[in-house]
Amino acid sequence: MFWQIDLLISTLVIICGIGALTVKDLLGAGILFGAYSFMMCLLWAVMGAVDVAFTEASVGAGVSTVFFIAAVFRTSRETKD
Amino acid sequence: MKSIALTVVLILGCLLVYVAQEFPGFGDPGAPANVHVSPFYIENAMRDTAVPNMVTAILADYRGFDTLFETSVIFTAGLACFFLLRVIRRRAPESRLYRHIPTDLTIRIEKGGRLPASSAEFQRIDSVWVPYDLIIHMTGRLIVPFIQLFALYVIAHGHYSPGGGFQGGVILGAAVILFALCNNLRMTVRRFSERTNALLCSLGVIIYAGTGVMCMLLGSNFLDYGALAGLLGVDRIMARSHGIMMVEIGVAIAVNAVMVWIYYNLSSVGRQDEGL
Repeated sequence: MFWQIDLLISTLVIICGIGALTVKDLLGAGILFGAYSFMMCLLWAVMGAVDVAFTEASVGAGVSTVFFIAAVFRTSRETKD
Repeated sequence: MKSIALTVVLILGCLLVYVAQEFPGFGDPGAPANVHVSPFYIENAMRDTAVPNMVTAILADYRGFDTLFETSVIFTAGLACFFLLRVIRRRAPESRLYRHIPTDLTIRIEKGGRLPASSAEFQRIDSVWVPYDLIIHMTGRLIVPFIQLFALYVIAHGHYSPGGGFQGGVILGAAVILFALCNNLRMTVRRFSERTNALLCSLGVIIYAGTGVMCMLLGSNFLDYGALAGLLGVDRIMARSHGIMMVEIGVAIAVNAVMVWIYYNLSSVGRQDEGL
């Protein structure tokens, strides 16, 4: 196990998670959530759970990001900040 | 209030990290998860089911009940989106946009105006977002069949490599969603209608449950695929392998239809008229 890769991906997961929570723009949050899912997918693959990684890549990073964006597309901006 | 919430979250987070120290290490052979039932699967999966990918064997055979109800959960999710979002009542459109193809003019038809029949001359376009990009259109058209082919490979090859019904079904659904993104929602709904979606959702779950019931009718337990040996003309071990395949196909059909159905309702707020 390469601990450097592990550390890098774990850091990116946390950064993407915090970013998705704090960013004001909903579209940006959706895309950051997709990035988070993709990093989780890499983490599963590094840990050897290839089936879970595949599911995460197709469901988490793929289709659910599209769902988020489709839902964000139907919202309107209320505040000006 | 915010600082109290932050404090609580931080305390709970520290507690979680502290308790996680007590967990066995990654890949520890003495961990409870690795001594109880896992050795049985590792030793017997290939001998019992002739499926080299142990995960598939566990998912669809040893833990068949789990997967059956996972499929039901996905089916329920599709139904829930339908009941929450779908607007069946038809109301007169406020205004519609059409593109006159020979002259490339955009026409707005106000409420009460006569709408042109869908023909080769007039093409209806969305009022909020107008995609008119030849490159995206043609790339989508080129790439969709390959995505579908890959999805079929993932479903069929789940016995030997990572993949299976869930992943393959999601990729199949993603191909249809990509088609909808590259063209428009109405065109996609015309080709893959909501009725088909609903039927396929139920069909997938019925294939799964029906395989189990068939095993029962042949005098075995629910989802004990070994009972299908006589029907399929193979020995009991290969019958389990084929039973897993049947179940995976059911899962793939259900997941595919549910993904597309959720997308239809979500992107058009249930009208299935104008959407992303």
